[in-house]
Amino acid sequence: MMDLTAWHALAPYALDHSAKHAMLTRGLLELTAHHATQCEPYRRMLEAQGFRPEAVHSPADIPFLPVRLFKQLDLRSVTQEDVVKTMTSSGTSGQTPSRIFLDRSTAANQTKALTRIVSAVTGAQRMPMIVVDSPSVIKDRALFSARGAGILGFSIFGRDRIFALDDNMQLDVDMVAQFLNKHVGSPVFIFGFTFMVWQYLYKALVSSGRQLDLGQAILVHGGGWKTLVNESVSSTVFRERLQAVCGISRVHDYYGMVEQTGSIYIECEHGHLHASVYSDIIVRRHVDFSVADVGESGLIEVVSVLPGSYPGHALLTEDEGMVLGEDDCPCGRMGKYFKVHGRIKSAELRGCSDTYAAGPNEAPRELSNGY
Amino acid sequence: MAIDKVVELLAPLGADLLAVQHTRALPPFSPQVLSFLGDLSDLLRSDSRVRLLPDLYAFGFWCRRTSIEAMGRSYADNHSRLGRGVIFHVGPANVPVNFAYSLAAGLLAGNANLVRVPSADFPQVAIIAQTLDTLLKKPEHRELSDHIRLVRYDRNSHEATAKFSEICDVRVIWGGDDTIDVIRRHKLNARAFDITFADRYSVCIIDAENYLQTTKYSSLAQAFYNDTYLFDQKACTAPHLVLWLGKTDVVNRAQNVFWESLQAYVEEKYTLDAQSAVTKLSAALRYAASHEGTRILPSRDNLITRVTHPELEAGIENWHSNCGFFVECHLSRIEEVLPIITRKYQTLSYIGLSGDCLRQLLIKARSLGVDRIVPVGRTLEFSLEWDGYDLIRTMSRLIYRA
Repeated sequence: MMDLTAWHALAPYALDHSAKHAMLTRGLLELTAHHATQCEPYRRMLEAQGFRPEAVHSPADIPFLPVRLFKQLDLRSVTQEDVVKTMTSSGTSGQTPSRIFLDRSTAANQTKALTRIVSAVTGAQRMPMIVVDSPSVIKDRALFSARGAGILGFSIFGRDRIFALDDNMQLDVDMVAQFLNKHVGSPVFIFGFTFMVWQYLYKALVSSGRQLDLGQAILVHGGGWKTLVNESVSSTVFRERLQAVCGISRVHDYYGMVEQTGSIYIECEHGHLHASVYSDIIVRRHVDFSVADVGESGLIEVVSVLPGSYPGHALLTEDEGMVLGEDDCPCGRMGKYFKVHGRIKSAELRGCSDTYAAGPNEAPRELSNGY
Repeated sequence: MAIDKVVELLAPLGADLLAVQHTRALPPFSPQVLSFLGDLSDLLRSDSRVRLLPDLYAFGFWCRRTSIEAMGRSYADNHSRLGRGVIFHVGPANVPVNFAYSLAAGLLAGNANLVRVPSADFPQVAIIAQTLDTLLKKPEHRELSDHIRLVRYDRNSHEATAKFSEICDVRVIWGGDDTIDVIRRHKLNARAFDITFADRYSVCIIDAENYLQTTKYSSLAQAFYNDTYLFDQKACTAPHLVLWLGKTDVVNRAQNVFWESLQAYVEEKYTLDAQSAVTKLSAALRYAASHEGTRILPSRDNLITRVTHPELEAGIENWHSNCGFFVECHLSRIEEVLPIITRKYQTLSYIGLSGDCLRQLLIKARSLGVDRIVPVGRTLEFSLEWDGYDLIRTMSRLIYRA
């Protein structure tokens, strides 16, 4: 199993292009070799593509798996007994969810990476935490839905946690106000899924006409913009309206997915998503999967050094996005920064098979993610 | 009586839709129908809009008077047959012109036809309906207006399906399997029956030596393209499995030439979307994950995805994708194909082989699958023999005389 001590020792955005390139290529190659010996189906997929480790000179040369394979196949590189947690993706309309198998060390590395990445934005100290969700979502721990897992994962940054919504998704303004009162003068950490923050916090506040002062709060939200794009709510509108209604100014979106938990991409104060030292973004052209230029849209591939218990270290998502630049974001973070446009559209295919029932492939969900 | 939410596309006849059950039958290939289809063909082919719609133009070409007459000559027992009465056609929702072929077959067999057309807004459907309307208003064709009723309704409107199912003599259901399942929940009259066109799988067999000798590489590439990419490899007739016959070195050479010629043509004609590119990669990797020894062939881009395996295994029909995804195997003898053929196999297309020999081979082997054997390039051609049915004889009845 790969030792990630060297990665944990780094500040999350410390590596510039050349340093990161070398370190990441080495790490990903090591993971590829590890999974090839521990996961038969993965080895067969490598061999079918004629993979040769000698031909790998950069992270983009590592063979990638489409993220949806984790819905169709059980892929793990540890024995069943070593699996301590099975994560499932947020299945929307009855589709098969991804199944991600974690052993003790992968789970620990995920937590460690997440802590380091998020505290670079929130600071190291634990803050009173408000979850924009209902408590029922984490009650059934056996399920470990992406939503529940996200909340539990981010709860390490909070203390004295409350859920702002009741089981009917109604905002309990009084409870939140009381909570803010109790912690007055201290920064508060708010976490929730993007559309829930909009639907059940923002809209509920507007329609109730009540005031909440969240000027001292930091909001971290993720999960994709599909629902909001449908309502023509851009990231800018989201920030502006939230600030107008409750004074919150520190708002950070993040991009991540259950298939690569931990190494998430968090938005800086300039509105750019950033890759940390643990992972990277490669945008590919769908016509030939070649690497797109900076500023060119394509399919997002995510690579990460964290997945040790399953071969998910190089994944082709079904999200579209573009790399905006590398090492030169005005926020000062090293590494690539990028933008996510959303899920790729499924084409309407012709053919003589009727479309009465949805096909065996998946219905759309929010971005490939959840956490 | 009006049925809830059913829209009739042709000018309403005043009489209610269900009155179609009292329409008199016609003999197969009746002069009225021949002249009607002939006029339909002429009108469609001279319509400037149709020239931009190759599938509709192909239909217009198919129902030319001379060609229909020629089809009729192969039915020697026409004079002792009559249509069964009413055919209820359930066309596929996502293929614009299919219903027209189904209707033509129903008419040629001598029946009145209730046709459910796709609910999507295809220009093809509108043009066909308009043209039929024009023709049926002419005095010489007015008589056939009772025989042609086009309806459109939401497929969740079970009331309409139930009513039409009750009164029809034959129900023609163009699949997928799920649609067939749903439609079949509605009862038919005791004497009526279904003709179902289920989800099928198709294969192409190429004799490597003969292929190399043809030297018509680009026209064969175009022919194969029409069989596959033209409808995103989603038509049941489109091959997903490509079998090569011959000595290994010859097969290798033939494969190179074949796929290179196809690549050139696909590059020129086809646009691959991102979703399909990912779907094809997933399908290839999934196949590889469970088949030791698989090779995913390196390619310049994602237009053609090829997967090969040293052994041709039973159940290979379950590994298919769309938009240019091919599983390839090498056969040293043609007989090696026989063990894998199941009921699921529909069309066998070929290059460099004899259709007759292939048919003999299947019959001798008492095969349960393959209903059509056609040269590459002709898999989409509609014929009155489809999916193992003789449509004219199935949709008409024989009056026996002792």
